[in-house]
Amino acid sequence: MEGGGGERAGGRKANQLRAYSCTRNPLERAHGSARWAQGDTVVLAAVYGPRPGTRKGENPEKAAVEVVWKPKTGQIGRQEKEYEMALKRTLQSICLLTVHPNTTTSVILQVMGDDGSLLPCAINACCAALVFAGIPMKHLAVAIGCGVLADGAVILDTSKAEEQQLKSFAHLVFPNSSKSVDVKESQQKDGQSERGLITSITHGVMSEDDYFNCIERGLAASARISDFMRTTLQKHTPDYL
Amino acid sequence: MSAETDATAAGGLAGEMEVEAYRRLFPLAFLERHLRESVRPDARRLAEARPTTVALGAVSSAHGSALVRLGDTAMLASIKLEVMSPSAETPDQGSVAVEFHMPPICSPLVRPGRPAEAAPVISKALEDVLMSSGMLNLKELCLISGKASWVAYLDVYCLNADGSLFDAALISVVAAFTHLEIPLVSVGDDGRVFTVGGNEGKTKYELVNREKRKLTLGDIPFPLTCALHKDSILADPTAEEESIIETSVTVVLDSSGRLVSIQKPGGGVTSMATIKACIGLAKERGQKLKEILTDSVEAMEVDQAE
Repeated sequence: MEGGGGERAGGRKANQLRAYSCTRNPLERAHGSARWAQGDTVVLAAVYGPRPGTRKGENPEKAAVEVVWKPKTGQIGRQEKEYEMALKRTLQSICLLTVHPNTTTSVILQVMGDDGSLLPCAINACCAALVFAGIPMKHLAVAIGCGVLADGAVILDTSKAEEQQLKSFAHLVFPNSSKSVDVKESQQKDGQSERGLITSITHGVMSEDDYFNCIERGLAASARISDFMRTTLQKHTPDYL
Repeated sequence: MSAETDATAAGGLAGEMEVEAYRRLFPLAFLERHLRESVRPDARRLAEARPTTVALGAVSSAHGSALVRLGDTAMLASIKLEVMSPSAETPDQGSVAVEFHMPPICSPLVRPGRPAEAAPVISKALEDVLMSSGMLNLKELCLISGKASWVAYLDVYCLNADGSLFDAALISVVAAFTHLEIPLVSVGDDGRVFTVGGNEGKTKYELVNREKRKLTLGDIPFPLTCALHKDSILADPTAEEESIIETSVTVVLDSSGRLVSIQKPGGGVTSMATIKACIGLAKERGQKLKEILTDSVEAMEVDQAE
């Protein structure tokens, strides 16, 4: 999968991701928080909850997830509303909502730097923050931003400068690659659930082949991100667990 | 949730209950009993969309308008043009301002005074699809380069929200643009651009745009939303189905078969085969919508001739 075509700004290959970093609980008072950075895109996610009661209109038989998106500067606009919705639906799909019925978990996301692939970065940050807060989850969500250039080439983890030149892009979210202690079971699971898709947000015209090309490359990269997530989370697991 | 499965398993409870009560108390079981028979609660087949009608020119005071019905979902789109000076970066282009409204009459879920959560998201999606699809050539909305251009205020009103809102909204937007007729404009002695009323023959002013009264639309985007429940794909879900099923995929394809957008906000983990199946359904739906749109244009021309 490595090296499809020309070099990108910063000497990256088409499939190469930027340097990722994740800090556990940078915020003292939140129940769980994470600072997630992909190159110069940095976000801070804080999780509060679950606290009792759901808002009007939510299903009280399940736990509700509330997402508040705070842009770096200025007011919240349509773009941020769309991010909030995508984030909320994605988090709802990875959390076990029936464990704490009639509760609300608030996820607050502060953008600290935007250098492209903001939504994928935010999804990864929220996922890590939910883990640090100990919210019960089915699996992790791994998000990746894929960009399609005018000649059909796909680049991963796009930066802001690259996003300007893109013909179209897709933000994709996959479940993390399963790794089971039991070798047999993990092989079985790989066959079944590995090639699933949780969230897909695309923008711009692309051919069907371009889209599935994005998915294939995104899926390959998501394995690397989920390995990174796994090592980070394991490193931070307290001794008593 | 477990109570619902019990109800289906036992079957006895369902037998004694009125259908309408069963539908409200155990919505999931009710839906699943239908799906087992490959039929939906409103007697549609799984991959079948609701009957769609397009009426052009529903608002006579707007320059272009369309009323679209998708089953019970009703969407009214109207375009009003105004002359503005174009921005410095794009002196030879007009602009479009998209707004999607969900007034409280459209659904019991929308309360007066509190804007619906879905409205800004659908606004954004509509704008994205419209701008990225290449349907509009913004240069056609220019009158005099650097001096005057049209700004099209596109307002979409949801009159009745019964599921698949984005689909209905996009169809109404496309229809409104096919109906759009650009008014005649002229430049006065003081250099101001103004619109000239109806009778084009008798005006004493020199007209700027005598020829260009209709926009030439490029590749037209056609949407289809599918709700995914276990292995079934339900095309064009109603509000009832949307409230039960968490996973949905919205595919927008343009008339040359390219993907304009695939939106899948969360929900269950979906296989690539299912996504491909949804794209397939969207292709078929696109063909049908194209026919419906052409028919509505013809119907309007017949009306005008009479």
